[in-house]
Amino acid sequence: MGDVATEPDIDSAQWLATLRESGPAHDDAVARLHGLLLRVGLRHAHSRAAGTGLGGPELDDLAHQAASDALLSILRRLDSFRGESRFTTWAYKFVILEVSSKIGRHFWQRAETSWDEPDWTQLPAAFGASPEETLAAAEIVGEVQFAVAHHLTEYQREIFVHVVVEGIPLDALVARLGITRGTVYKAVFDARRKIRKHLTETGHLAQKGQHHD
Amino acid sequence: MTDWQSAFNEFLSTDPTDVGCDEAMRVLEVYVDLVSTGLDAAERMPGVAAHLKACGPCQGDFTSLLDAVTDTPH
Repeated sequence: MGDVATEPDIDSAQWLATLRESGPAHDDAVARLHGLLLRVGLRHAHSRAAGTGLGGPELDDLAHQAASDALLSILRRLDSFRGESRFTTWAYKFVILEVSSKIGRHFWQRAETSWDEPDWTQLPAAFGASPEETLAAAEIVGEVQFAVAHHLTEYQREIFVHVVVEGIPLDALVARLGITRGTVYKAVFDARRKIRKHLTETGHLAQKGQHHD
Repeated sequence: MTDWQSAFNEFLSTDPTDVGCDEAMRVLEVYVDLVSTGLDAAERMPGVAAHLKACGPCQGDFTSLLDAVTDTPH
């Protein structure tokens, strides 16, 4: 799906027509679209801001910038709309991805994360372990460290540690390393699969479909 | 198995049909329109559904886009 252009619905066709022409109707459509993008951007920004330290006028300003940037991108890329969705759904995606990206970049303005040795002892806590459970988890954490050291590529190791052990948000790492979200996700995905295989083979994790009490 | 071990086990589980972030985001608006019109998006696009289940940031973008098309004029 996603490779064949289809005829847009009536509302979408109207949006496209007015945005492509010039004159007052075009200006009205641009203003209306900007208003919609801002509304969607503000809501997404506030839903994503928890734990980022962002809020108030700073967060609203981020959403305003995202709406303006998204509007420019949409107007430049009208010809890439293929009619597979409503025009507005396609357009709203631009501002949502823009907000997510800007919040990722903002992380580094407040982050206290160091790029030194990761604190592996905090891995269980990241998955909800109590302090007592964290202390008792040394063996399995050691096996995870072994798998990371011996079964992952250097790149997978770096990404896994940043995302999972240090808890750096995926979009923040994307901004820092200048790569796509998909590239980061793929590295973590492959790391998860390899670590799981190692833990299963060493008896630290149940095979799928088995119980491991 | 303790709760954190279950959560970690779940995290390590990967779905081979997962299409990844780039493909999921490429077709997100199509997936969202299917969901918003009551169609079975997960059946039509299982790889996207598998990805959204596993990826927090993409799940968040999906939720916001679905909220937008549900509550904002077309």
